[in-house]
Amino acid sequence: MAGTVALVSAVLRAQVAEIARNRWVLAYAIVLAVLTEALYQLGGSASRALSGLLNVVLLLVPLVTTVFGVVYWHTSREFTELLLAQPVPRRALWLGLYLGLVVPLIAAFALGITLPLALHRAITPDVLPLLLTYILAGAALTMSFAAIALWIGARQDDRLKALGLALAIWFLTTVVYDGLVVWFATVYSDWPLERPMLALMFANPVDLARTALMLRLDSAALMGYTGAVLSNVLGGPRGLLLTGGVLILWFVLPALAAVRGFSRKDF
Amino acid sequence: MRAAAIREEHTLPTATVPTLAARGIVKSFARTRVLRDVSIELPAGRITAVLGPNGSGKTTLNKILLGLVRPNQGEVVFGGAVVTGSDAYRARIGYMPQSPRFPEHLAARDVLQLVASLRPHSPGKSIEQLIDQFDLSSYYTRALGVCSGGQRQRVNAAVAMMFDPEVLILDEPTAGLDPVSSAALKDRIIAERARGRAILITSHVLSELEELADDIVFLLDGVVRYHGTMSALRASTGGLSLERSIGALMQSATAGSATGPRPDPTTTNPPSGASS
Repeated sequence: MAGTVALVSAVLRAQVAEIARNRWVLAYAIVLAVLTEALYQLGGSASRALSGLLNVVLLLVPLVTTVFGVVYWHTSREFTELLLAQPVPRRALWLGLYLGLVVPLIAAFALGITLPLALHRAITPDVLPLLLTYILAGAALTMSFAAIALWIGARQDDRLKALGLALAIWFLTTVVYDGLVVWFATVYSDWPLERPMLALMFANPVDLARTALMLRLDSAALMGYTGAVLSNVLGGPRGLLLTGGVLILWFVLPALAAVRGFSRKDF
Repeated sequence: MRAAAIREEHTLPTATVPTLAARGIVKSFARTRVLRDVSIELPAGRITAVLGPNGSGKTTLNKILLGLVRPNQGEVVFGGAVVTGSDAYRARIGYMPQSPRFPEHLAARDVLQLVASLRPHSPGKSIEQLIDQFDLSSYYTRALGVCSGGQRQRVNAAVAMMFDPEVLILDEPTAGLDPVSSAALKDRIIAERARGRAILITSHVLSELEELADDIVFLLDGVVRYHGTMSALRASTGGLSLERSIGALMQSATAGSATGPRPDPTTTNPPSGASS
């Protein structure tokens, strides 16, 4: 066990040292910082800036994570082979590669949205819970889509096909899925849809993150009866646990699929 | 006539014990069969060259020996024990892949430290020895992304040899090296053989293999067409160079496949119990 921890931590350190200096990761942090700063200037407060960031976070985090994850997997494949030629269990190596991918991306995200607010001394005690919810939602989405990216990498050797699959999954979860939900709600508008809508929300990590953030932003009041149901189910401590648990499932399940693919893969 | 002579004469030295061996390996990717019942052995103190045209299965065979690719059939044997699917035996193997792409922001120091931390025992050579032997001093802390191909290849060689492994698997080891570095690496390979290491080398530079190899494995279309000593191969082709000898082998193989079944690959002296 101690040996596995040491292996994972060695790979993680090397990965973090490499990816943290990657210009795309730096650009990701800078873009988020610029957007946060712009929204702060426009809104005049940290909570308004964070409200404005909602869709940016929900679209940008999955996109950057899946595309960067797939590209990085293929770029570093030969080095991965060199590491696999060492006496290292594949599962331990995968965990090191995965954590080495998500830690710099989560750090870039957290720094990008926190730094401008910190520089303005705008992180007051009433804003802090909202900021932490954003960071946790961003981290959960990063972990989920990074696992999906590594699963794609293990399944698809062709870089272009892998990139296409990554973009398709991103498009499906962030754009198409919402359209399907709206269509479903319209077609069955005469039926009580609260429970099916809750199930549909849990079936997509992006929707789940969106709902968690909207509840924290107090936007549920704008959604009428549905908002009341969401507040009722997800608003309390039990709801937070449920949301957190399902978000954890959303990176554990793709991660298990990715580890399985990595362990059986011919390199 | 010449092919018959090859089958009679190219036996391996029977006194040597293979350190690493592949037995009856079959491997297919999708519908393409890449290796067909391949058996080879790497005896201690000898350099075995694996030759063959592009797509003949050399790299796949290397990767199966290392456990990077899983065979559909057959087994990998290390020191007499079947190790197919296990990880631990790789602690005794040094691998030098063909022109590796190291992470561009890491330095040689970071890569050597990383590999050192992945092994269960301390490196057989100190960092100072590695820097000295592989001439890394001028770029040891520089990002590998800005190093030349030759410099990265020297890091590659240092990674393969830093643990003093019993087996070395070297894929195009001198690719990208300048003549001085290439000669130094070849001297090191010869020195490792003298120390009793089993060495597998693949290269397209036949003159280099002629200089280094004791044994030859010739792969064509995933089948071992020749597995024997370099001297027996030369003798069988009337003292021709390695290049011409391989040409003769290819011609005989082509003639064999044109007129009937492929030559029986059991023209070698395989490990006992192995099918080839």
